[in-house]
Amino acid sequence: MGRFDAYHSKVLCDHLCEQIHRLAKRPLRLMEVCGGHTMAIRKHGIPSLLPDIISLLSGPGCPVCVTSPSFIDQAIYLAGQSNMIICTYGDLLRVKGSNGSLEMARTEGKNVRVIFSALEALEMARREPEKMIIFLGIGFETTAPATAAVIIQAKKHAIRNFFVLSAHKLMAPAMEAIVSNDIPINGYICPGHVSAITGTSIYKKIVEDFRIGCVVSGFEPLDLLQTIFMLVRQAETDRPALDIQYSRVVKPWGNQKAIALMEEAFETVDDWWRGLGILNASGLKPKASYHEFDAAEVFQIPANNISDPEGCICGEILKGLQLPVDCRLFGKSCTPENPEGACMVSSEGSCQTYYHYEHRR
Amino acid sequence: MCLSIPAEVITLKDDTALVSVNGLEVNVSTLLLDNLKTGDYVLIHSGFAIEIIDSEEAEKTLSVIRHMRISK
Ligand code: SF4
Repeated sequence: MGRFDAYHSKVLCDHLCEQIHRLAKRPLRLMEVCGGHTMAIRKHGIPSLLPDIISLLSGPGCPVCVTSPSFIDQAIYLAGQSNMIICTYGDLLRVKGSNGSLEMARTEGKNVRVIFSALEALEMARREPEKMIIFLGIGFETTAPATAAVIIQAKKHAIRNFFVLSAHKLMAPAMEAIVSNDIPINGYICPGHVSAITGTSIYKKIVEDFRIGCVVSGFEPLDLLQTIFMLVRQAETDRPALDIQYSRVVKPWGNQKAIALMEEAFETVDDWWRGLGILNASGLKPKASYHEFDAAEVFQIPANNISDPEGCICGEILKGLQLPVDCRLFGKSCTPENPEGACMVSSEGSCQTYYHYEHRR
Repeated sequence: MCLSIPAEVITLKDDTALVSVNGLEVNVSTLLLDNLKTGDYVLIHSGFAIEIIDSEEAEKTLSVIRHMRISK
C-alpha cells in the first residue's frame, strides 16, 4: 500500500533497532497474541533484528488455533443434514475434528461453502429460501461485530432460514488467564485490529493488577519495532503501562458503533480454549432475543469431547511454554500441506509460520 | 483471520462503500462505521470497513520514530 510505505523504511527500521539495542539491558519475554502479528513478525524476520536477550512468543490469538475440535464436529454434523448449507471463512476448512475436516466433508459431497463475508451468508439465505444457511462465526472482536450486524439484519428483514453457529471469543480473558497462570511474560504486544473495535479498556486489568505492560501495535515492521521499543522502555524503567503504538487506527474508546452491535446481539458464555481450558465469560453467543438465529439453540446437535492428536503440543505453544520445533510431529507428520494440529492449519498459526519462515532458514 | 487491509473510499451508498484496494475496486459494508466520507482511508476486514485510518496520526507516529534518541 503505497500511502503507508514509510512503515517499511529500512532506514527507520535500522534506527529503531539501534535504539532497542541501546536500551535493552535485561532478558525480556514479550508475547504477541494476534495471529496477524505472529505472521508479520516471522515474515519480516523481526526476531533476528533484536538483541538475543529479547524473546518473542506467540500467544492464543489465532482464532483457528484455539477453536475446539468439537465445534468442527458440530459443523460437519450440520453439513450432513438435508437442506442445510454450512458457510465458513476459508481459514477453518482444514481444521480436524474427530472425524476429519470440513474440507474432507465437502469432498464427500456435504454442503460446505467458503465465503469472505458474513453478509454473503445472509445473501445466500435470501436467494435460497428453501435451504437453511448456517454461518460459522469464528474469530475475536475483529470479526464478531460483523456477525452481530448480520444477525441484527436477519431479524430486521425477518429472514427465517439464516443461523449462526458461534465460536466467537473475547481476547482479554485468554490474556489474563496466561498471566494468572504464572507464565513468565514481561509485556504484551496487543492485537491491533481487536483493539480497533474494543479500545484499550480491556487491557486495564492486565496492566494494573498483573503489572504487565500492554502496547497496542500495528502490523508493519516499523510498527512492531516501535512497539517492542516501548515495551523494553517500560520494562527497563519498571513502569508497565497501557499504550497505543497503532494510533492511526486505534482510539482508546474503540469503535463504539461496533461495540453497540456486539452488545445488542451477543451475550458472554464460558468457553473452551486450546491450552487454557474453559475460561469464564470468554465466548459469545446470540442473546435470548436472537435465539431464533442461534444454530446451537434451534438444532439438536450431538456433543462430544475429543482431544488433540497424540503428540500435538499446540496447547503448550499457545501459552508460550514451548516452541513449534519442540513438537516431535513438526515438519514430519505435521506440515502445512497435511496438518495434524490446529496451529499448523492457519497461515497465522505458530506452527505454520515457523514452518514457512524459520524452519527453512 | 485478523488481517485487515487498507482501502480508499470512492463512493458511498446506503450501507455500502465502493473502495479501492491498490486500484482494485470492491464493495464493502459500512454497517460498523458512521460518518464515512469519500477519500477516507479505511481498514477492511472480512467485507466490512472496521475503522478509519487517520493520516495525521500516521505521520505523527513516523515523526516520533525519526526523532527518537536514546543515550547509552
Ligand atoms: S507441529 Fe503440528 S502436531 Fe505439533 S504442535 Fe504444531 S500443530 Fe500440533
